[in-house]
Amino acid sequence: MAALGFIFATTSVPPGKWPAFAVMVALVWLAAALSGVGLVRVFFRSLVALPFILIALPTVFTKTGEPLFDLSLGLFTLTGTVEGLEFFASVLIKSWASVTAAVVLTSTTPALQLLAALRALKIPQILVVVVMLMYRYLFVLVDEAQRMLRSRAARSAGVGRGSGGSVVWRARAAGGMAGSLFIRTMDRTERIYMAMLARGYDGTIRLRETPPVTRNAVAVTALALAMFATVAVAARVVI
Amino acid sequence: MIAETSLEVRDLRFAYPDGREALRGVSFRLDAGEKVAILGPNGAGKSTLLLHLNGLLHGRGDVSVMGERVVEDDKKSLARVRSMVGLVFQDPDDQLFSPTVYDDVAFGPIYMGLPEQEIDERVETALGQVGLEGYGARMPFHLSGGEKKRAAIATVLSMQPRVLVLDEPSAGLDPRARRGLIRLLAGLEQTVLITTHDMHMVKEAFPRSIIMDGGQVVADAPTAEILADQELLESHGLELP
Repeated sequence: MAALGFIFATTSVPPGKWPAFAVMVALVWLAAALSGVGLVRVFFRSLVALPFILIALPTVFTKTGEPLFDLSLGLFTLTGTVEGLEFFASVLIKSWASVTAAVVLTSTTPALQLLAALRALKIPQILVVVVMLMYRYLFVLVDEAQRMLRSRAARSAGVGRGSGGSVVWRARAAGGMAGSLFIRTMDRTERIYMAMLARGYDGTIRLRETPPVTRNAVAVTALALAMFATVAVAARVVI
Repeated sequence: MIAETSLEVRDLRFAYPDGREALRGVSFRLDAGEKVAILGPNGAGKSTLLLHLNGLLHGRGDVSVMGERVVEDDKKSLARVRSMVGLVFQDPDDQLFSPTVYDDVAFGPIYMGLPEQEIDERVETALGQVGLEGYGARMPFHLSGGEKKRAAIATVLSMQPRVLVLDEPSAGLDPRARRGLIRLLAGLEQTVLITTHDMHMVKEAFPRSIIMDGGQVVADAPTAEILADQELLESHGLELP
């Protein structure tokens, strides 16, 4: 919960308010240090945020403002602006800090507890069930994909001249594999649905009661949320 | 004493939407407590038949369980039938869809609307029956093949069904897991109906066998008789153990 609050607070800090970002990043790393997961590990895991930076990259050029530099690409000339760069850096820090928070959460809390927590927080049951099924079948799906890759590898006896045929040919093979994985998954969902029906599933979702949230947890969460909210508000008002 | 009929199928016919006729007039009757194996080549209609037994598919003809007819669209009746017939699918990964073994075994009882305490008791009993005491908190993904199979059986035992129906229960199990499964099935007091290619298991634990081919019952007799009829077995693609 606190992690979600953190992410909301961080993303709501307007671009360019550097002190607020510093506080947020400091907070998340403090949590990481207290959790005892190991800072190096948290750092490396948080790098999964990197690919998303690409999405933010165009903003350097699309934001209107004071020109900073020109990038000539033959026919086009892209103009980077100060505002754009500032915006980009903000997105960078926001996403990285948010991912770090998520990493701390998932490496300290087993998935089963997270699911129980989602239910205790009165998240709509349909969402919880979707997450539950995703969590259950993610591994099965990965297993199936691995078996297919292995069976391809076993038949790919490239002798000497690189592996496989042209790029197009290989792309076609990969596409076929993705397609048949999709069909297998569809078939599986059909069978799972049958298995649920066979045991009396009637379209409504019924789950066991979860243990209520303890007072302590409520207090800690409230404190954390208050702290994040303060930073977010301060970033807009004070600085 | 006249034995009670637990399952009766009369002239059941079913065609898939693509027109393929899977069942062409299947009839048989099981007495309470009987252990019966359905044999037959792939594509004989065995699995299709099983899906009719608790109303997942509906064909023409009659299926009744403990005297209750399986009727399409009668939700209350279907719910009753489904709590009387426990259906175990071939792939335990389809049967075990919850995050923990406990949740899966509790699924049936929860949908039967039982009180919390009884759900707990039933889960415990069912896990005990299949020899998985204390596995409640485990994740299905981390179980071995044999454990998954037993957990899958526990998910229907917790509903305390009168009839247990299993699709190829011994497929893919190692000898020890298979041995445990045979002992488990033979020891159940319920009526048990399975489809299988495992002739050793049939010989040991299933006194009666039904051979299906081309969507029809071609033989229904004591297992010893059927296994003695080499010609019959060979003509339907089966082999003696």
